[in-house]
Amino acid sequence: MAVLKTKIASMRFDPPVILASGVMGQTSSSMLKMHEYGMGGIVTKSIGLEPRAGHPNPTMVELDTGLLNAMGLPNPGIEDFLPELKSLISKVDIPIIASIFGSNREEFIDLAGKMEANGVDAIELNLSCPHAEGYGASIGSNPDLSGDVVDGVVSVTDVPILAKLPPLSDVSVTAKSVEHEGADAIVAINTVKAMALNFETRLPILGNRYGGYSGPGIKPVGLRCVYELFEAVDIPIIGCGGITRGRDALEYILAGASALQVGSAVYYRGREAAKLISEEMIDLMDEQDIKDIHSLIGAAHRC
Amino acid sequence: MTNIEILEIDEIVVETPTIKTFFFDWHFDIEPGQFVMIWVPGVDEMPMSLSYIYDKRGITVRNVGEGTKALHSMEPGDRIGIRGPYGNGYEIKGEKILAVVGGIGGASVLPAVEKASRENIEVDCALGAKTQKELLFLDRLYDLTNLKVATDDGSMGHPGFATDICEEMMKGVDMVITCGPEPMMKRIVQMAIHKGVPIQASLERYLKCGLGLCGSCVIDGERVCVEGPVFTGEELNNFEEFGKYDRDSSGRKKPLERPKQTY
Repeated sequence: MAVLKTKIASMRFDPPVILASGVMGQTSSSMLKMHEYGMGGIVTKSIGLEPRAGHPNPTMVELDTGLLNAMGLPNPGIEDFLPELKSLISKVDIPIIASIFGSNREEFIDLAGKMEANGVDAIELNLSCPHAEGYGASIGSNPDLSGDVVDGVVSVTDVPILAKLPPLSDVSVTAKSVEHEGADAIVAINTVKAMALNFETRLPILGNRYGGYSGPGIKPVGLRCVYELFEAVDIPIIGCGGITRGRDALEYILAGASALQVGSAVYYRGREAAKLISEEMIDLMDEQDIKDIHSLIGAAHRC
Repeated sequence: MTNIEILEIDEIVVETPTIKTFFFDWHFDIEPGQFVMIWVPGVDEMPMSLSYIYDKRGITVRNVGEGTKALHSMEPGDRIGIRGPYGNGYEIKGEKILAVVGGIGGASVLPAVEKASRENIEVDCALGAKTQKELLFLDRLYDLTNLKVATDDGSMGHPGFATDICEEMMKGVDMVITCGPEPMMKRIVQMAIHKGVPIQASLERYLKCGLGLCGSCVIDGERVCVEGPVFTGEELNNFEEFGKYDRDSSGRKKPLERPKQTY
């Protein structure tokens, strides 16, 4: 049977299907549940320094080809989140990655230090949320700002630092900047900035008007980014964006991803999404007698 | 294409000084206890139980916040958005059941009572509210059930809580369904488990996406919007947060502080 296990920096993922930030990642009990249902790693909800209520509803809309959300980075704030995190870490042995967001270098440094002190295996920098002004993609769309944040966080922490990037046209420029400043891996992509309108009422549907598009419709965008990144940087890439089946996951591996994140798949496949996707990956690899997933990483670049 | 359907409000009924029912034409299959997301265009979107599912469809809403206030100010012909139905429903079993209803909880329980009645299942009901004027669906329940009433101020029926009268009423029923303030449901669940009577209760949590993704409505790892809103006594008995905590819009844990039981 095919072997899926991979390593990124000091973290071991088996399966390399990781819960993406923003889905069921706010409480110890919900993240524990996602682990029980087969996730090989967990990325927490993006956490900031202060509690944040997020945007008014509607915060999520179902589309024909995916989902649109403008949650607006709701989170309990680092102080209220730490007990949830500690409780989770005491109960599981899979990698736990803390996602953090800030409006500047200092806020990221403050959050990263607190997360590391509480035992996380890695820190993911949210440089890519498309629907919270002053945060996320506001930083990630600027290569210098992104590099500066990475430089700051790397200088005060010892755990691996992952930079989650938005689906920019020139995503490689930001990726090279964060690699140069010491990031250990790239996560690509976050949701794609988008909106939904309603004809009868003449109104945008989301409370925030703009949101982030996820799910099957954005897979081609994610694949393109990962493919470009594989040629642009030497650090590992975690692929994310519209992965709902094993075949999607393997396409990301071929593009150059060493591991995968899934979020909307929990809507399309249920809580057992990671288990189903992993089984489908193994079946597809077995059909072609492929023993080790490493032989597929970036394989689409050989022709 | 989105899955939000825009509907016109056909009729509005004032149920109590704080509660109104909004009727509309909507034809999706729905089970008693399931909920929909109601969009008040430009204002908010909120989870609502369908309080009428048979001859006509409607939601019954207490005016408690910005979104519900906007809804309460609407008139027939005004437009709302709807998506769903979501979540699970009550699973009615047996020949005789007890419904314990507090405050706005009737919006969730009434369709289950109607379904039971249509299937010739006998329904006993304990209905509670702060005061007589706030008793929701008094006439509907009077017609469909063997009804007993409790009011905090004693203005009608038993002076006190629905929990005071329902222990006696649990004798001889095959199951209990309940929806109301969580401290009330907690006591009723404990009573039912103690007596060995199966029970199902519908929970309320801060609910945002309704699709099982954002995690805001999670109680002990279970999603109220997907695995709930109706949970069994066994499930509830294993929840550490049931009756003790809910979470606010930011996800911070908040004690369910109810020094006195209120509806």
